[in-house]
Amino acid sequence: MSHTSTVIVPAPGKTEWDGGVSPMNVSYGKLMMWFFLLSDAFTFSALLITYGLVRSSHKAYLGVVNEFTFSTAYWPIPEKVFESVPFFEGLHAPLVFVGIMTFVLIMSSVTMVLAVEAGQRMDRKAVEKWMLWTILGGICFLSCQAWEWAHFIHGAHAGDAVAQGTTFFGANLAHNQYGPPDFAAFFFFITGFHGFHVFSGVMLNFLIFYNTVTGVYERRGHYEMVEKVGLYWHFVDLVWVFVFTFFYLV
Amino acid sequence: MAHSENTPQVTVLPPDTARIKKLWTVAAILGVITLIEFGVAFGVPHEMKDTRVWIFIVMTIVKAAYIVGEFMHLRHEAKVLMWAILIPMVFVIWMLVAFVYEGMQIFKVR
Repeated sequence: MSHTSTVIVPAPGKTEWDGGVSPMNVSYGKLMMWFFLLSDAFTFSALLITYGLVRSSHKAYLGVVNEFTFSTAYWPIPEKVFESVPFFEGLHAPLVFVGIMTFVLIMSSVTMVLAVEAGQRMDRKAVEKWMLWTILGGICFLSCQAWEWAHFIHGAHAGDAVAQGTTFFGANLAHNQYGPPDFAAFFFFITGFHGFHVFSGVMLNFLIFYNTVTGVYERRGHYEMVEKVGLYWHFVDLVWVFVFTFFYLV
Repeated sequence: MAHSENTPQVTVLPPDTARIKKLWTVAAILGVITLIEFGVAFGVPHEMKDTRVWIFIVMTIVKAAYIVGEFMHLRHEAKVLMWAILIPMVFVIWMLVAFVYEGMQIFKVR
């Protein structure tokens, strides 16, 4: 639709804000999606920045990294917490699984933008194909996150729990084996809020896919809904880029 | 829907190969930056914490710029739209500075 941005030409003697033209050169729906995403960016910023506040108000681990042990006395090193990969129990692969999740989400962002490109040239078959890949990527990411949560909640060595007596394994909102209680709370809130966005995105993507298959957009004459939901889906990817850096890497 | 509308005449344009190539290039850049972040996470020692953090922040902003600029197409939209989205982000920067400073002060009085 608005891929090739046209130059806005107001009537003689008038500016582009005097009415009759769209100064921002996008449809109402797309503009509102942008402003919604701006507000959503504030929400996620608040969560991540609050994480920064709480983390910087706790002690940092200052010892040798290789001798790091979990303790409630200081904030954990994230790569020591997230170092497990499904099917390879006991293997120390720090951040590898999170890296795979990042690639899944980036790839689904690419397939989404390819769906947008296909929609702009009215290619229904291509839109269907790329929307299916995008939905698949979203489901794949959610499955990864489900495993990540389950692993975080149950703890890395749950089998020792009984032998260890009073030692707490895994995590909930009040206690966790990795560090101060706030650490697990932020994990649940930040990745949970993001995961809920991914879930909503998959639902919206499915709706768009359904409408494409049934020919709703072909009859309408344009595929702008693909672009609007595409904006949302890219935003979800964008947020993950920040979560990946500020929760897992730093 | 009227019956005649069930079989609309649609002109399908051929794929814009230059644009598709550009999109895959952006995807490759995002992938490579993520790989470099991994390299930094395990190549640069934890003792150089400030260096690590700054590299991560710069790379994250580069990735964000590619996603918002190319995938979300904001770079090619009307300039007034672009700034309407980007300028409010100064509030986030201020919030970041204020809150992290606050956190360090809380640490001192604890």
